[in-house]
Amino acid sequence: MSARRIFARPARLAAIAPYVWMVLFFLVPFGFVLKISLSQTAIAQPPYEPVFDLMAGWGALKTAFAALSVDTFRLLASDDIYLFAYVRSLTVAVTATALLLLIGYPIAYGMARLPARWQAVAMVLVIVPFWTSFLIRIYAWINILQHDGLLNQILLALHLVSQPVVWLSTDSAMYIGIVYSYLPFMILPLYATLAKMEPALEEAASDLGAPRWQVFWLVTFPLSLPGVGAGVLLCFIPIVGEFVIPDLLAGSNSLMIGQTLWLEFFTNKDWPVASAAAIVLLLVLLVPLLLYERLQKRQLEQGR
Amino acid sequence: MRKLSRLSRFNVASLALGLAFLYLPILILVIYSFNASRLVTVWGGWSLRWYHELFNDRAMIEAAWMSLRVAVSSATIATLIGTLAAVALSRGERFRGRTLFSGMLYAPLVMPEVITGLSLLLLFVALNAERGFWTVTIAHTTLTMCFVAVVVQSRLGSLDRSLEEAAMDLGCDPVRAFVAVTLPLIAPAIVAGWMLAFTLSLDDLVIASFTTGPGSATLPIRIYSEVRLGVKPEINAICTLVIALIAVVIVIASLASKLSSSQGESAAPL
Repeated sequence: MSARRIFARPARLAAIAPYVWMVLFFLVPFGFVLKISLSQTAIAQPPYEPVFDLMAGWGALKTAFAALSVDTFRLLASDDIYLFAYVRSLTVAVTATALLLLIGYPIAYGMARLPARWQAVAMVLVIVPFWTSFLIRIYAWINILQHDGLLNQILLALHLVSQPVVWLSTDSAMYIGIVYSYLPFMILPLYATLAKMEPALEEAASDLGAPRWQVFWLVTFPLSLPGVGAGVLLCFIPIVGEFVIPDLLAGSNSLMIGQTLWLEFFTNKDWPVASAAAIVLLLVLLVPLLLYERLQKRQLEQGR
Repeated sequence: MRKLSRLSRFNVASLALGLAFLYLPILILVIYSFNASRLVTVWGGWSLRWYHELFNDRAMIEAAWMSLRVAVSSATIATLIGTLAAVALSRGERFRGRTLFSGMLYAPLVMPEVITGLSLLLLFVALNAERGFWTVTIAHTTLTMCFVAVVVQSRLGSLDRSLEEAAMDLGCDPVRAFVAVTLPLIAPAIVAGWMLAFTLSLDDLVIASFTTGPGSATLPIRIYSEVRLGVKPEINAICTLVIALIAVVIVIASLASKLSSSQGESAAPL
């Protein structure tokens, strides 16, 4: 017991370097996003008008706060483009997450039923694509989905279609890309809860006469809900802010918020609006983020 | 009495389809990188033509070199600091600002990359830092150290603490107990953490795009700008090389972690 205490002191000292690093490169940058989102747009380098200067002292700070500009947020609220972008981001994220759950669940379920030795192999097989570059995986799909790509060649050869189907630059292509990229994130938490489940529970239900679908719906699925929650949140949150997949695979007519932010920043050089968009995005994600944190804490406590 | 068969035909089918879905696109890409034809989708026989063209593409080589340098340096710094963070979280018990600390460590794991990238760029602009190798390295370190911390922390959490306590009862001070006992035992997790940080950095497009300056593009930035203009067979070749590199890293790291874990076990009884 006392050894534990002695160990704690140097361990606390170990926190100094990572603490300073994270404050410097994570917390402080957020301050800047907040500050610039409250600034006026200006044609200058850097392209914004600073609202206050911390060095100028209290008096200056007070007048600055009085003149704080919320124009950018007002612009976000009044311009339909942003509203559409947020709505579209959420719609895409909900649809994609539902698809992921539908596709990922049977795979995780199959994994959990493998003999123990094969479960480890299957897990490695699911993780390995996650290690290969995500841009490359999207690019692989462009190869397949383009006009004279493999998918159309196969469909034509099988006489399933008489003309090449347009896949690229459609929402279907985007959903394929998102599902493909995020599938491991859905499978792994699902598998973790399904593998831990006591098979005797399912057998008992079946011995008592429940048909297979009832065993699944009344026993297996409810018991796997923590894994479902973790998988859903793990996919949903990053998909809302997704930028690259819709940019490469979806059409250009309706943008998600990640793309809008990117365009505002790099093409229109409107830094205050981009910052404000980032802050609103964070606020939108705050609920699922907090949910995710609570879920993790509960799982950690159960694990102990 | 009816027993559920452990593995039904449905289970096998969904598993096989799932794995095929995950692997076929990558396999197709690798095969087409050896295609002699200029048309990406017409098979013209096996050839190394696109690899030759790739090695003459200076901009691509420079981007690859930049990416490798950033990945190695950011993964190394991230492993050092991330391991310290993991030690503080799992062994430091309570300290002031612990909640903020763990919050800051977990937030980047789930936050959209556009936000992380944007906020770091605004910091670098405010500091008037010249954007290029170092700013991307710092940005990648910030992101990947969180992953390292999670990986190492889970290993520390599953470790038998009586080993450390025994070492201290035998007269080791905490730092020596950590270096002699704990460090060899968590070495596999540290290696895995480095590997994860390396591949994440190699993979990142969004954060690098925000934090790099003109003339210092990383490989994903180059690939991205090429892909947007349309499919080119050279891209298949560079993607295949990246996949090969990552495969080598995974093999080396898993060998290393096997080696160090067996060393750790043999060292423990001494």
